[in-house]
Amino acid sequence: MSSNVVIDCSGLGKRYRIGERERYRTLRDTIARATTRLLRRGEPHSEPPTVWALKDVSFQMRQGEVLGIIGRNGAGKSTLLKILSRITRPTSGRALIRGRVGSLLEVGTGFHSELTGRENIFLNGAILGMRRSEIVRRFDEIVAFAEIDEFLDTPVKRYSSGMYMRLAFAVAAHLDPEILIVDEVLAVGDAVFQKKCLGKMDEASQHGRTVLFVSHNMMAVESLCKSAIWLDHGSIHEAGPARDIVHKYLRSAQSPQVQKTWDPDDTAPGDMNVRLRRVAVRRADEGTDLITVRTPLAVEVHYAVLRPGQDLAVNLFAYNEEGVLIFSSDVRVGRLHPGKYCSTCHIPGDLLNAGTVSISVSITRDDAFALVEVQEAVAVDVEDSTHGRGTWYDRWPGVVRPILNWETEADRHGTSAVAAR
Amino acid sequence: MSETIFGAEAAEVIELSPLAPGTLGFGEIWRYRELLFFLIWRDIRVKYKQTALGVLWAILQPTALMAVFSLFLGRYAHVPSPGAPYPVMVLAGLLPWQLFAQALADSSNSVVASERLITKVYFPRMIVPAAAVGAAVPDFCIGFVVLLVMMRYFGMPFTIQILAAPLFVGLALLAAFGVGLWLSALNVQYRDVRHAIGFLTQAWMFVTPIVYPVSVIPHQWRHFYALNPMVGVIEGFRRSMLGGPLPEKFIIVSVLATFMILLGGLYYFRRMEHTFADVI
Repeated sequence: MSSNVVIDCSGLGKRYRIGERERYRTLRDTIARATTRLLRRGEPHSEPPTVWALKDVSFQMRQGEVLGIIGRNGAGKSTLLKILSRITRPTSGRALIRGRVGSLLEVGTGFHSELTGRENIFLNGAILGMRRSEIVRRFDEIVAFAEIDEFLDTPVKRYSSGMYMRLAFAVAAHLDPEILIVDEVLAVGDAVFQKKCLGKMDEASQHGRTVLFVSHNMMAVESLCKSAIWLDHGSIHEAGPARDIVHKYLRSAQSPQVQKTWDPDDTAPGDMNVRLRRVAVRRADEGTDLITVRTPLAVEVHYAVLRPGQDLAVNLFAYNEEGVLIFSSDVRVGRLHPGKYCSTCHIPGDLLNAGTVSISVSITRDDAFALVEVQEAVAVDVEDSTHGRGTWYDRWPGVVRPILNWETEADRHGTSAVAAR
Repeated sequence: MSETIFGAEAAEVIELSPLAPGTLGFGEIWRYRELLFFLIWRDIRVKYKQTALGVLWAILQPTALMAVFSLFLGRYAHVPSPGAPYPVMVLAGLLPWQLFAQALADSSNSVVASERLITKVYFPRMIVPAAAVGAAVPDFCIGFVVLLVMMRYFGMPFTIQILAAPLFVGLALLAAFGVGLWLSALNVQYRDVRHAIGFLTQAWMFVTPIVYPVSVIPHQWRHFYALNPMVGVIEGFRRSMLGGPLPEKFIIVSVLATFMILLGGLYYFRRMEHTFADVI
């Protein structure tokens, strides 16, 4: 390999037996399998089904390069990092690595909850591959970085989760390898701390460290990495400048089902009073690009009223990925004549947070009795936007992400000084 | 920077490929010796945290067992104890046995218990069972002081032969490590091991001269008996402490048996360790 290439992968592949990762075997299974094999000697025995988590991945990294790896869940990102970190072995191909590798696949690996912060710094440092002398030398730096001075001799089980993560990241951030492999560790701590972590990674690359970085966070990939690899179903889908790859990746986002139509009518949810016909989410502005947190949306509920004289209301519930109800809204449509109707709910821009928003609808009678109810009828992917973020790269905290008005003025009556805007 | 263990030799090229390395990897284990030290230290630190009796357990366990055996086997069942009072004979057998049993059980469970580490960080896997063996030593040292006190109480002489005792302690640790390598690697594949360990150590205890002297075993069986490495360990340790000629033949057979188990364990563990992260 040429002098400044530090990682050279050719044809890397990893095959897993299906189920192998999920369950260990018991002796009984093995004996049972061996017995059946004996009884069926002569018959061709079937190989257990396998799946290639990674297939024919080849790329090179030069010294000082910062490479981002993106892709959906199960695309093989973590498998690749595990192979390069020597945790698991490739099934095919090979990789050459020149230099010390420090990998950070999880924050706080090996922390023991009964031990104090001080003790865990030493333990975790040793696990990550630091020498004792090196930990001693950088001890004060680590403590200062984690901002936990007064809790140094408290068992970490008494730490808040924020403190725990800060300490864990602080140790890792002071690991000083030539090649740094990082998996999704930015979602740590508060904004200020996160900025420090990103700064640390930036610093590493400026000091000639080679950084391999996996993230779901496109903002971070775009701003930290010069180039990126897009993995899809275990293979490299595309590689190139980070900005291009991230944009192509985002555009490719297979949209979840943004509309659902029931046809023919009589299989549609509902009863002899009212039936749903179609539910759809669309953008409510003229744009054609990605739906972001800024995009206004419209949810259309098409339904047929089959019986007159009912006091109807259409209800809508929006849930996020964690299943938290973001909001619910309803409209009283009153006593409609039999016929086909469409009620549209407008969701303004700058309200939803990024993520997949799924929408359930129901139609109720007399404010109480649900005639139709469809859980997760449609869903829409809302992408992030840099608007109003400052230097925050991670998922914006909170269920919603409104842009609110702030005012700042000198407080003449207060005793404390307040800076004017 | 050259201080990190990823290699003082910065230009070292690591090759990752499907093939197994041909060596036992001792060089690498040596480079990670500080991690071994830290893992032992962690296990010792954590062992008696949040226990009311703390380190007293290390005294209580062997002495309570000694009392029970002395009463029921020594006094009521009249098990012979040539050359020493029964309680001292039993304690001198129990201490290395408990060291072995503890080290064996902990190391056999160690790899599975370190799942998080093994799936997230690279280091020579053999360090995990080795650390579990090392962490069993402090309890033994405490028990050893109790033994010295007991010998004093029964007016037994301290001879120069005591200096040989650490050799047998070392042999017990090697035997535990050898069996621990086998069982910890098997445990990753087959969780049956977890259930077998308690049963195994219990049965093993009775084929080892702890509560009875070796003299109860018929002559023609004794060499076969010594294939159990703990026979050489217990007899050797006991004679070093309590006096009497060292049973060389037992010791030779037991040392050979220990090394067979250990070499097999090293080989098997090395062959299996690259699958740990995928299977565990």
